Formats: sequence, structure tokens, C-alpha cells
Amino acid sequence: MTETSTWATKTGLAQMLKGGVIMDVVNAAEARIAEDAGAVAVMALERVPSDIRAAGGVARMSDPILIEEILATVSIPVMAKARIGHFVEAQVLEALGVDYIDESEVLTPADEVNHIDKHAFKVPFVCGSRDLGEALRRINEGAAMMRTKGEAGTGNIVEAVRHIRSVNGGIRRLVAMREDELFVAAKELGAPYPLVKQIAAEGRLPVVNFVAGGIATPSDAALSMQLGADGVFVGSGIFKSEDPARMARAIVQATTHFRDAKIIAEVSKGLGAPMRGIALEAIPEAERLAVRGW
Amino acid sequence: MAATGAAGDPVRIGVLSVQGAFAEHVSLLRSLGADPIEVRLPQHLAGVRGLVLPGGESTAMRRLIARWELREPLLALLRSGIPVLGTCAGMILLAREIEGGDEPVLPLLDVTVRRNAFGRQLESFETDLAVPALGDAPVHAVFIRAPVIARTGPDVEILARLPDDRIVAVRQGPILATAFHPELAGEPRFHRILLALAAEIPPDAGSGPR
Repeated sequence: MTETSTWATKTGLAQMLKGGVIMDVVNAAEARIAEDAGAVAVMALERVPSDIRAAGGVARMSDPILIEEILATVSIPVMAKARIGHFVEAQVLEALGVDYIDESEVLTPADEVNHIDKHAFKVPFVCGSRDLGEALRRINEGAAMMRTKGEAGTGNIVEAVRHIRSVNGGIRRLVAMREDELFVAAKELGAPYPLVKQIAAEGRLPVVNFVAGGIATPSDAALSMQLGADGVFVGSGIFKSEDPARMARAIVQATTHFRDAKIIAEVSKGLGAPMRGIALEAIPEAERLAVRGW
Repeated sequence: MAATGAAGDPVRIGVLSVQGAFAEHVSLLRSLGADPIEVRLPQHLAGVRGLVLPGGESTAMRRLIARWELREPLLALLRSGIPVLGTCAGMILLAREIEGGDEPVLPLLDVTVRRNAFGRQLESFETDLAVPALGDAPVHAVFIRAPVIARTGPDVEILARLPDDRIVAVRQGPILATAFHPELAGEPRFHRILLALAAEIPPDAGSGPR
């Protein structure tokens, strides 16, 4: 009995991406630069988050032509973003044959109540979370990979650090609890009890968790890894820097050697200017992306 | 069950850890009584008596191997006869020839591999596979954007085929390679063969950095 699109194949692809860097690219040329630099996958989109932020308006799924060009260009996995709750965009991306769908707060949400029922798809999904409860709600809906939400397009790691600490701290608290305390913990997390019980027993999420949102330097990537990330997504941080190919290679090296400060120092030399970045306080609450989704 | 050498010490196995699912191999090896070590730089190879090349993205892995000058010391170790298990991307790294013209990396296994042979992620699958060399119980095999072996040389033993005859596991002396992921299914038998071969390697035979 041969079965495709099982939980093991969905979560398994994310396991193969561990210790690696997934890069946002907006065209085939950038996709090739990313692959050459050692990216483990690319995220195909029309505009990187910093440009989405600058442009305003409604941000949607990318043009299928762009996604097809990128699929045809690289041999590494290709991911693409659908709006939160927009299951038809997800159906379209599945039909295009992408390897992973990111149900992403970087695009304008299409549904303010429901996320996509990800169990209904053959293609696997990655979703963002700010804390353990949110991560478990997404996994319960079928997400086979998680990432932090960071604050995309800012070049500011502060929110991503908050999120990875929050998720991993939440796991440590569950592990320390008595079994009879897990019922209330599940209620307070807003998460299904069976998943809460499983995490308390295993001490880790049942899926891979990457850091995303605001990574702009090799040190940012290594910080994410030392805080317990399984890998990193870099959006605007590469192609909004002065020398994208060089920055991409340096972030890949720092992600592999995340505990080796001498190597991180070496690869950080002379990279040119990283993306300019925005302080979190400079972004009005209504324009923050990480608070989208629930 | 403990994988110990002649002196009774746990056998040190280097797990290439530049990228990919290396942690799964490390924990499986540890559960079998071995002493796994993550290899990111040449100096991590000191005292290693066997190697695992895990799954991951072979394009990323080949670049990291080149950047940190791991290729020569890995080749020297493999040429000295220490055993190796390559899974998925690890099998691609070991192949003498890669279809499509990619440069081989550690070309000691006399096969030609075809990358992403089943297509994209939607074609990833799991199945039960007969592997007679491992006994009667089938192997539960998880294939993820997997390669296949399109050609085998005369010294290569075929360990497993899919029902359509495509070759997905081989052995050439101390070199074992699978297109699927035993480490994702908790399948220990390939690793046990590796450990049995590694236990025969004298502790000091493995080369450290050169």
C-alpha cells in the first residue's frame, strides 16, 4: 500500500529543510541566486514584505506565471503564500504544484474568523505563530511546519525573538507540569488537549519550527538557531541588502555554524549594508502584520 | 545491542550536519548504543569509524561541504574503507554520476542517480518495501522528493526495488545508500549494519584532520 501526501511526507519535507535558510524571491533570477548561495528552498512572491508594507493596499497570492517560472528554474523546493483563510488561493497553488504553501499574515487576511482547513489539502502548509497556543491551533488545523511571525519587512528581529522564546518557553512550562494540570493549560492556551498532552510528554512541537520575520544579518540567523529554531526564513533581508548574493551565502554559513562565533565573525566581514530596517515603535499598531491571525 | 568496538568503547559515527535531518540519525544511532558526533568542520572527523550522510537539500549540502573543505577529508576516510550510510540527499552525495550534469561530490558509489525522480512534493509517498538482505519484515520507507538509482555498476548489490523495478537501496562493500528515509520511520536495520561494519574498524584507523 503506497500512500502519497501523508502526515509523514508532509512533516518529513520540513525535516529535510532543517538547519537551512528559506529565501524570499520575486523572480527566477533571484531564485537562482538563492539556490546558488545554498538556500534549502525559496518562497516565491511578487513583492518582498518590505515592499508590500511600503505599497499598502491589499496583498494577494502571486501571479501563477511568476510561480511557474520559479518552479521551472530551481531544483530546490518552492513555497508560495496564500492569504489567511483563502482556501481557493491555496487550491490554485496546489494545482500549480508548489511544494509548500505558507498561509501568511504578510498577505491581507481573507477571513477574519477561520484559517484554512489544511487537512483537506495534499500539499503541506507552513503557518506562523506568536506563541504556543497559536502554534497548536495551526497544527490542529493541519499545518505540517511552523514558523514565528516576526514582524515581516522590518529587518528588525525583536518580534521573532519574542515569538520563538514564547513558543519554546511555553513548551518548557508544559513539560514541568503535573498531568492533572494539563487540562487547564489546554484551556488557557486555547489548544486541543491531546496535542497539549503530547507536547508535555515529548518536550517539543510535533513539527519543525523555523524563525521568520526580521532576519537581516548572519548574527540574526545564528541568534534564532541558538534560541532553538530548526532553521530560518529570510524575506527582505537578502534582496534588500547591498550585495544579495554575498549576504545570502553569509546567512547560510551562519545558520550551519550557529554556535561558532569565529565563523559567524568571519562570514560577517564586509557584507555591505544590510536592509535599512524599521524600529517596531515606528509602525502603528494597525499596520503590524504579526497580529494578523489568531 | 550496544555498538562497541574491540576495546568495548562505543563506536564513534560522524553524522554530516551541515544541513538536513541529521538530528534524526544522531538520535537513532544513540539509541543503538553508538557515539554519534555532528560533523560540520574537518576537525569533527577525528576518531570517526563510520559515517552517515543524511537527507536534506543536496544542492545546499554540496556548497557547505565545499566551503568548509570537508570534501577531501571525507573522501580520505571513505577511501580508507570506513563504512557509510547515505540516505536520500546523502545517496546523491555518494553517487559517481548524477543525471543532468551536476558535479559528483564523493563519487565512490558506482551508480547513476536521478534527482527528484518522482516529481515534486505532491508525489512524495510512503510504502512497505521488501529488503531481503534485512530479513523478512518489510521496511517502512518514506520517500520525500526522492531520487532513484538509474544505473548500477558491476560491484553494486541491489537491496531493494519498488514494484515498478526502480532501484531504491544498494550496497557496495562498506557503502550503503537508500533513496528513502529509514531515520524517519524508526527503522534501525540499515544503521545496525553500519555499526557492525564500524565496530571492525580499529579505533585509530580513522583519519582526523590532515
